[in-house]
Amino acid sequence: MSNIPDDLSYTKEHEWVAGLDDGLTVTVGVTAFAAEALGDVVYVQLPEVGANVQAGDSVGEVESTKSVSEIYAPLGGEVVEVNQAVVDKPDLVNTDPYGEGWMFRVRVEGDHEDLLSAEEYTALTSGDS
Amino acid sequence: MSRPTPLRDIHESLGATLTDFAGWLMPLRYGSESAEHRAVREAAGLFDLSHMGEIFVTGPQAGQALDYALVGHLSALAPGRARYTMITNPAGGVLDDLIVYRLADEEFMVVANASNYHSVALALTNRAKNFDAVVDDRSDQWALIAVQGPRSQEILSSLTDADLPSLKYYAGLPGTVAGVSALIARTGYTGEDGFELFVAGDDAEALWGELTKAGEPYGMIPAGLSCRDTLRLEAGMPLYGNELNESLTPFDAGLGRVVKFDKPGDFVGRAALEPLRDSAPRRRLVGLVARGRRIPRHGFPVVVGDQTVGEVTSGAPSPTLGKPIAMAYVDTEVSDGLAVDIRGSQEPMDLVELPFYRRNK
Repeated sequence: MSNIPDDLSYTKEHEWVAGLDDGLTVTVGVTAFAAEALGDVVYVQLPEVGANVQAGDSVGEVESTKSVSEIYAPLGGEVVEVNQAVVDKPDLVNTDPYGEGWMFRVRVEGDHEDLLSAEEYTALTSGDS
Repeated sequence: MSRPTPLRDIHESLGATLTDFAGWLMPLRYGSESAEHRAVREAAGLFDLSHMGEIFVTGPQAGQALDYALVGHLSALAPGRARYTMITNPAGGVLDDLIVYRLADEEFMVVANASNYHSVALALTNRAKNFDAVVDDRSDQWALIAVQGPRSQEILSSLTDADLPSLKYYAGLPGTVAGVSALIARTGYTGEDGFELFVAGDDAEALWGELTKAGEPYGMIPAGLSCRDTLRLEAGMPLYGNELNESLTPFDAGLGRVVKFDKPGDFVGRAALEPLRDSAPRRRLVGLVARGRRIPRHGFPVVVGDQTVGEVTSGAPSPTLGKPIAMAYVDTEVSDGLAVDIRGSQEPMDLVELPFYRRNK
């Protein structure tokens, strides 16, 4: 079973969101489940810093040997930071999806009621596998 | 429901990611596909290829029947040797690419792709009707295990008395490996030295276990279909369904050399293929190396400016080159300023001749 940390929130698109409870800025990445399903990640494209995104927007992409997936903004707001390390070393998505493999940070504006808890995400991924 | 191979339990115990491939449940990868790819280039990889089809053609006129049914000159093949060849429809369109082994004077084994072997067996049966030859599809009874990579011969030698050093590339001999009866063939689809072992399905698990033990000290690891695809792509080898299909002739694919017009008698496709012998096709199969990091994939348009000049047939990140690579059919007159349209953005490509990778012999 993939690692699904309790203290993160999740989306149906297999992304994780950290820092939701602390206030304004959240960190976003893809889950270990997604990384395992993709295989070796070889290319990551991230949004521009300063971009204003709406929840559900496609803001980047992740390519592996066999497939390509879009990265969606889980929440609306302004992109305030992106992880250049994961662009330079895409395999960080495989080796440390919840740590060094993080993707971007968003200063949240507006609502965010559609995120899943770890428990709900676990249920979603066991249904998938 | 996909069909399992005799090695399914082993794949599951190794934690493989399994995928449907041409109706078979096959290992896509066991861990990292890039690590599996590198192991095959640098040491060895162990593959389950039991999805491939094995069709036997036997009888006094088996060779003549294959001469008529295929584009190659199989009756001229010496026993113990193998040939890469193709079967076409009457219009010259490729139905499958094949390896044919001559096991004895009156016995041939035709190895066909998983997606095609039912139709190949049917076509061979029809085409052999007027010959004293019997076509028997034994794909269900056979397993195929491949050991591929520069250390393959050392690994296999510890398990067999067969004379491997004198076994040539594209040759096969019957023998015993780890106590299991096998056809030992020096063939593969990776661009490396290696062996393919055709064994009874019931013997597959035992053989896999012995090979695993023998290969471990040499750095051999199990390898899935994902790395098999990047290995063959680097080696410039066509994949049926990508570079080859029924609407292309062997000449379209740049493989006209497999068509043997000088063999005796008629063969299916001769009339259609003969006029193409000296004509230049509109497009040719080339290699593309991406300057950027996005991956050109099957079906993406190749463009020069706003003109579409071709189409990608296969593409992947190349572990050996460290860049995305692709095979594509492009108009013969273009060579510069190529790009691939990747989801609406033009990614520049350099055109190269195939293969991308050639091993040091």
